[in-house]
Amino acid sequence: MKLNLKIWRQKDAKSKGSMMNYTIDGIDGDMSFLEMMDVLNEDLINKDEEPVEFDHDCREGICGSCSLQINGEPHGPDRAVTTCQLHMRKFNDGDTIVIEPFRAKAFPVIKDLIVDRTSFDRIQQAGGFISVNTSGNTQDANAIPIAKEKADDAFYSAACIGCGACVAACKNASAMLFTSAKISQYALLPQGQVEATERVQNMVRQMDLEGFGNCTNTGACEVECPKGISLENIARMNREYLSATLKG
Amino acid sequence: MSRLIKSSIARKVVMALSGLFLVFFLGQHFVINITSVIAPDTFNSWSHFMGYNPLVQFVLQPILIAGVIVHFVMGIILEIRNNRARAISYAKYNGGANSSWISRNMFITGLVVLAFLGLHMYDFWVHEMAYKYIEGSLEDPTRYYAETVEKFEPIWRTVLYVIAFGLLALHLLHGFASSFQSMGLNNKYSPAIQTFTKIYAIAIPLGFAFIAIYHHLNPITH
Repeated sequence: MKLNLKIWRQKDAKSKGSMMNYTIDGIDGDMSFLEMMDVLNEDLINKDEEPVEFDHDCREGICGSCSLQINGEPHGPDRAVTTCQLHMRKFNDGDTIVIEPFRAKAFPVIKDLIVDRTSFDRIQQAGGFISVNTSGNTQDANAIPIAKEKADDAFYSAACIGCGACVAACKNASAMLFTSAKISQYALLPQGQVEATERVQNMVRQMDLEGFGNCTNTGACEVECPKGISLENIARMNREYLSATLKG
Repeated sequence: MSRLIKSSIARKVVMALSGLFLVFFLGQHFVINITSVIAPDTFNSWSHFMGYNPLVQFVLQPILIAGVIVHFVMGIILEIRNNRARAISYAKYNGGANSSWISRNMFITGLVVLAFLGLHMYDFWVHEMAYKYIEGSLEDPTRYYAETVEKFEPIWRTVLYVIAFGLLALHLLHGFASSFQSMGLNNKYSPAIQTFTKIYAIAIPLGFAFIAIYHHLNPITH
């Protein structure tokens, strides 16, 4: 398979970037998208050119590191997969593929296709946890009865890998799907109730401070999320936030 | 409370509540207007009541105008903040792959509806204010039907109104259902709410368009 690639190149965070054109040949349909990028980089290194920087880690679709905007969609045209799980068979010989970093004010570009997503970490640190004594006296979580539906919903919310595709897909660069998933995974469980009020207030405040946009319910985040995180999480976050704020 | 007003979620809720209020008003407006087609005398008496009842004129009307202003101003604030959240645009953005055109262009359809509102206020509200409070004309409970039908004699006004109702339908198709999600309502009743809001979003503007076309085709012969 021969492909034309248009890739965003940016030397560092302060430099002005631009789209660069590359042609690559010998791509197999069974390769993952990142393996195609590896082939491109080998070509560039052999030509004494700077390889394209991109984020990756597990390459198994669970770490949330890979973060490419491919042909105008985060993680490309396939559904419920991360970039590392996207196969080249989804493209055709002679295709032109546009590859950009996730764009958001809160996700500044570090280099080429790598963006700084520590804004997500700060939202998580603002309240995405349960304070427990870990000195050895902690109660076994399984000792607390939890309704199956609640446990399932909490698990589905906790499936969020924090890749940032929701922000990248949203026309407003809103982080509400991510934040709401991290709030929901605790809000649905009895262990999360004790700190529920402070959690939702602090995480939403941090989300706003980071400069993410406002949700306008387009649903793009839900469609592009590689883990299928539902918009129900955003509604739950809104309920939790209004209830917490009105309680004082 | 100040935290609530400054937060992104509170802005969503303000948009949702003001939008729902305007949607409710739209339904009430339609019920009165459709009587101009089926029962002109009823239209005259209801219009006269709305025009001269102190509660409607000096309490409900200012609340309605405030609702429009709040919805518009909050919409502008959200649009500015959302544009700032992505300083550099994508070279290629395939929004059509994951969301509807309507949901992505609420600001545009909203601006068209607002522009129409300006024309509509000029056509009816400004005239009414001048009649009552500037010219000081006497009450005439029989004038409303004839005045309304006369407005739709020019084809250009009828066409503009019908186009605006089309854009209003697009705005409502996303906005009405979206307001429930913004207020945290996403549960087993959501599919029924979605169906109701879609029917309402199409039926009400369609009804308004029908009224405009009906009066254009059935002028009062002098």
